[in-house]
Amino acid sequence: MAEATQETIAGKQAVLERMSDHAAVKALVAWNADAIIDALFDRGELSLTVPSENIVEAVQAIKEAGYNAFEDMTAVDWLPSDPRFQLTYHILSHAMKQRVRIKAWVSEADPAVESITSVFPGANFYEREVFDLFGIRFEGHPNLRRIMMPEEWVGHPLRKDYPVEGYR
Amino acid sequence: MSVDVGTPILQAPPAEGSKDQHMVLNMGPQHPSTHGVLRLVLEIDGEIVVRLYPEVGYLHTGIEKTCESKFYQQVVPLTDRVDYLGPLANNLCYCLAVEKLLGLEIPERAVWIRVLLTELTRINSHLIWLGTHAMDIGALTVFLYTFREREEILRIFEAVSGQRMMTSYFRIGGLAMEPPLDLFDRIQRFIRTLPEKIDEYSNLLTGNPIFRNRLLGVGILTPEDAVALAVTGPTLRGSGVDFDLRRDMPYAGYEKFQFRVPISNRCDCWGRYEVRLEEMRESIKIIQQALDGMPGGPVKADAPKIILPDREKMKTQMEALIHHFKIVTEGFNVPAGEVFQTIESGHGTMGYYVVSDGTAKPYRVHMRYPGFASLQALETMCQGRMLADVVAVIGSIDIVLGEIDR
Repeated sequence: MAEATQETIAGKQAVLERMSDHAAVKALVAWNADAIIDALFDRGELSLTVPSENIVEAVQAIKEAGYNAFEDMTAVDWLPSDPRFQLTYHILSHAMKQRVRIKAWVSEADPAVESITSVFPGANFYEREVFDLFGIRFEGHPNLRRIMMPEEWVGHPLRKDYPVEGYR
Repeated sequence: MSVDVGTPILQAPPAEGSKDQHMVLNMGPQHPSTHGVLRLVLEIDGEIVVRLYPEVGYLHTGIEKTCESKFYQQVVPLTDRVDYLGPLANNLCYCLAVEKLLGLEIPERAVWIRVLLTELTRINSHLIWLGTHAMDIGALTVFLYTFREREEILRIFEAVSGQRMMTSYFRIGGLAMEPPLDLFDRIQRFIRTLPEKIDEYSNLLTGNPIFRNRLLGVGILTPEDAVALAVTGPTLRGSGVDFDLRRDMPYAGYEKFQFRVPISNRCDCWGRYEVRLEEMRESIKIIQQALDGMPGGPVKADAPKIILPDREKMKTQMEALIHHFKIVTEGFNVPAGEVFQTIESGHGTMGYYVVSDGTAKPYRVHMRYPGFASLQALETMCQGRMLADVVAVIGSIDIVLGEIDR
């Protein structure tokens, strides 16, 4: 709970300056400093936003910096904003005992992003879940099928415009 | 809204180099040893597993979607129902996440009781695993023994919260209420006898030649594969990766406790069995430390706008009544932001990703549960092995379908 009281560092410039010795920040700056869209250090958690078309390279750079364990990925639907979907990846380093959050934005018109299963095979089911419940496609995924809902289901339940009680 | 649903699973093309005599076998969704409604589609060559697809979703209830239409405090009972064999661990993870969003400090006594009961939950979860795993292998007796001890844990939960399984005892900002007076004595009596009971299980199984032959060398998962497939918890430590969130990224006051993290380099079902058995003994040590050092004081944080007032105050003080009314009807606003809180549950890394937009209802709650990732590793562990080993491997990764399907 001590970390909850830590200060907030908002904005790309501030994070790059004040957290320049953080392994994840260093890795992404070395990879392509211009590509980082936004950064935020809040409540003891570091978030870095990268363009969705570069997600695989960014995740690869993070992995090479020692963040070896993929933990979680999901999406958030920010209807009616544009781009609409926020993808969130949580990647952990067993050695550094540290976690980093990578975010990417995907538009409603073409909800597609490259799959990171080539870097982290463990993302397989997680990407299928996001595909199923949000309707975001993952290019290059080995088995992109619905996972929770029946195959013939219409709609994506976790989208904000999908009613809680379903269509009747 | 329509999407390409891909190839239906039973018509999946045969694996490369396979001959056409491969058979597709459906296992589940009601096979008793699949611990719920897991369906496996197996491609087998004689009795050898060539490919394996887990088909999940039969228990999907849309809990994440439901959370978005509830107040923050109303989500707590929903979390009980996710991993129904470790209810208090779910409560803990969600409450920690929301407390982190709120920046809320909770009193020392509540922290200690949370650790105490969460470790009891871990023992509960491991006891069910041991009983059902042994039963899958054919050792029916152990099931009766472990459920005898589990019964006492459930009675303790009932004494604490009024419910045996769906406890909802941890609340945002502390505990629901002060535990009953004789609770600590009762837990003390229980853990005094538990090490002998664990020896008893060990006597029944560790030297048993059938049990050994069914587990030793079965379901190999290398450390590299385990990390790559996002496997966590005892399954990861059974593959020789020394990582435990309680020790390495302490949360909820675990840094105050001394315990060992058991690992095994065997990488097979036997390694996972060893690790979980040892973990129960370590949990007993943590519980003992918590009982010995239990501090006094309140069990709820001093935040009247977030925590429901005591019943007595609510009926005698106007202010408490107003707070009660406000919380129940309007909830409380949580500052905008996002947190990802993880804990080490009985099965592995449990994580709650809570996104707040500043209102009284969570904008998005995502639950990361260990069983979902462990299922991805099932194919790797079963490939090239006999069909009967699949049952042993499913038992050894300790899955609960409630947490996988959510």
